[in-house]
Amino acid sequence: MVRIFETFGEYITLMYRAFSKPEKAVMYWNETFRQAASIGVGSLPIIALVSTFIGAVSAVQFAYQFSSLNLVPMWWIGSVVRKAMILELAPTISALLLAGKVGSNIASELGTMRISEQIDAYEIMGVNTPAYLVGPKIAAAIFVVPMLVIIAVFLGIIGGWGAGVGGHFYTTAEYFKGVTDGFKSYDVVVMMVKSLLFGFIISSVSCYYGFTVEGGAVEIGESSTRAVVYSSIIVVIVNFVVAFLLL
Amino acid sequence: MIEIKNIKKSFGGTPVLKGVSATFESGKCNLIIGKSGSGKTVTLKCMVGLIEPDEGYILFDGRNTTEMDFTARKEVRKEIGMLFQGTALFDSLSVEANIKFPLDMFTKMTAEEKRDRVNFCLERVNLPNTNKKYPGELSGGMKKRVGIARAIVMNPKYLFCDEPNSGLDPKTSIVIDELIKEITQEYNITTVVNTHDMNSVMGIGDKVVFLHQGLKYWEGTHKEILKITDGELFDFIFASDFLKDLRLRAHFDDK
Repeated sequence: MVRIFETFGEYITLMYRAFSKPEKAVMYWNETFRQAASIGVGSLPIIALVSTFIGAVSAVQFAYQFSSLNLVPMWWIGSVVRKAMILELAPTISALLLAGKVGSNIASELGTMRISEQIDAYEIMGVNTPAYLVGPKIAAAIFVVPMLVIIAVFLGIIGGWGAGVGGHFYTTAEYFKGVTDGFKSYDVVVMMVKSLLFGFIISSVSCYYGFTVEGGAVEIGESSTRAVVYSSIIVVIVNFVVAFLLL
Repeated sequence: MIEIKNIKKSFGGTPVLKGVSATFESGKCNLIIGKSGSGKTVTLKCMVGLIEPDEGYILFDGRNTTEMDFTARKEVRKEIGMLFQGTALFDSLSVEANIKFPLDMFTKMTAEEKRDRVNFCLERVNLPNTNKKYPGELSGGMKKRVGIARAIVMNPKYLFCDEPNSGLDPKTSIVIDELIKEITQEYNITTVVNTHDMNSVMGIGDKVVFLHQGLKYWEGTHKEILKITDGELFDFIFASDFLKDLRLRAHFDDK
């Protein structure tokens, strides 16, 4: 129990130092954009692939359920897929994928820098290492994750269209009638809130585990695993809390 | 000049430094020697501020860094250059970017001025035209030299070298040692080298501090070391029978 409070205290201290005043703003900007490109471009293919198929399989599942009930019109599927993608599937599935890909990458990168004394080298130069190495990663994730989620929503909806039309469950016109019908911009607000929080959680938790690693190669592997596991757990808990509070 | 006074440090209740005091002089290569586990690296890391000592003072030309806050200590750190045991070059950056990093972060030099300074430092360590290479493309000796170039790029007043010869062949070790000595004298730097390489001790040790079990056991010059006849330092220096025989032979040759 004491260890949990210690870890939380260390995490809060790291976050406080990560957002302290930069030595030279332009260097931090450059690093933030470099990280944003790395997280965003590097994660785009897997987010695109998974979200397209998630949308497709959702459409097929709903079509199967609706057709067996025979009570609701099939154009509703467009509406249900849109709602599911915006409120739940795109932010949560994207966050879990990013926790695996970006989270482990951040933790192992910082862990390796710690073990190989590269972080010490920055410290000796007088660089505020949490601010330079952690701050830009978190800022980049908060900036990029919502964009990836927006892309995931669009591709999920397109995936649903392709699967439904290809399976002759509904026509293109029916599907997009459902997609546009009853659209609430508040759903997008909830999605953006989730995306921002998930971006922060994935990057900050992974930075914490990478930055504080001690030992060697085995410990880097362990910290990388912890980063993925804990950020995934926190993501699903925060997902529930946000849904509970905002919906 | 750097002074350390009564430095103590424990890890998990195990004392590593039990009150080390020493003075490291300007324009000289000051060597900290000792067996593995004697506290050399901890002493060095306490001096540069990577480890906080439990007790004691560290004075950089009279400035006590142990009592400074982060901002004040940062100013002292800008006067420090360090060569790490594993070089600690930034893998993702080219040689030029590695050396240029402190200039980018802490100076207002123009791009041309920075390029000139980087080229000067690379030429100083005999590595011209390696600007675009990455650390992964360099040999161990070249990495050490890039590490030295990065350490001196900000014109440091204090240079710390942690095991500069580890992993290097004897010939390259001598080259690195000579480079450290030349730079120390040329720029009147206070250099502190942590080593257990006896070639370094004899080659560049203007002043030698021998640590044993977390305490300063002996200090003197490399010439004085040869006069040691017994005790822990004798065992450390003449660890092999081969060296003891050589010493004995030299003794009789002198007579």
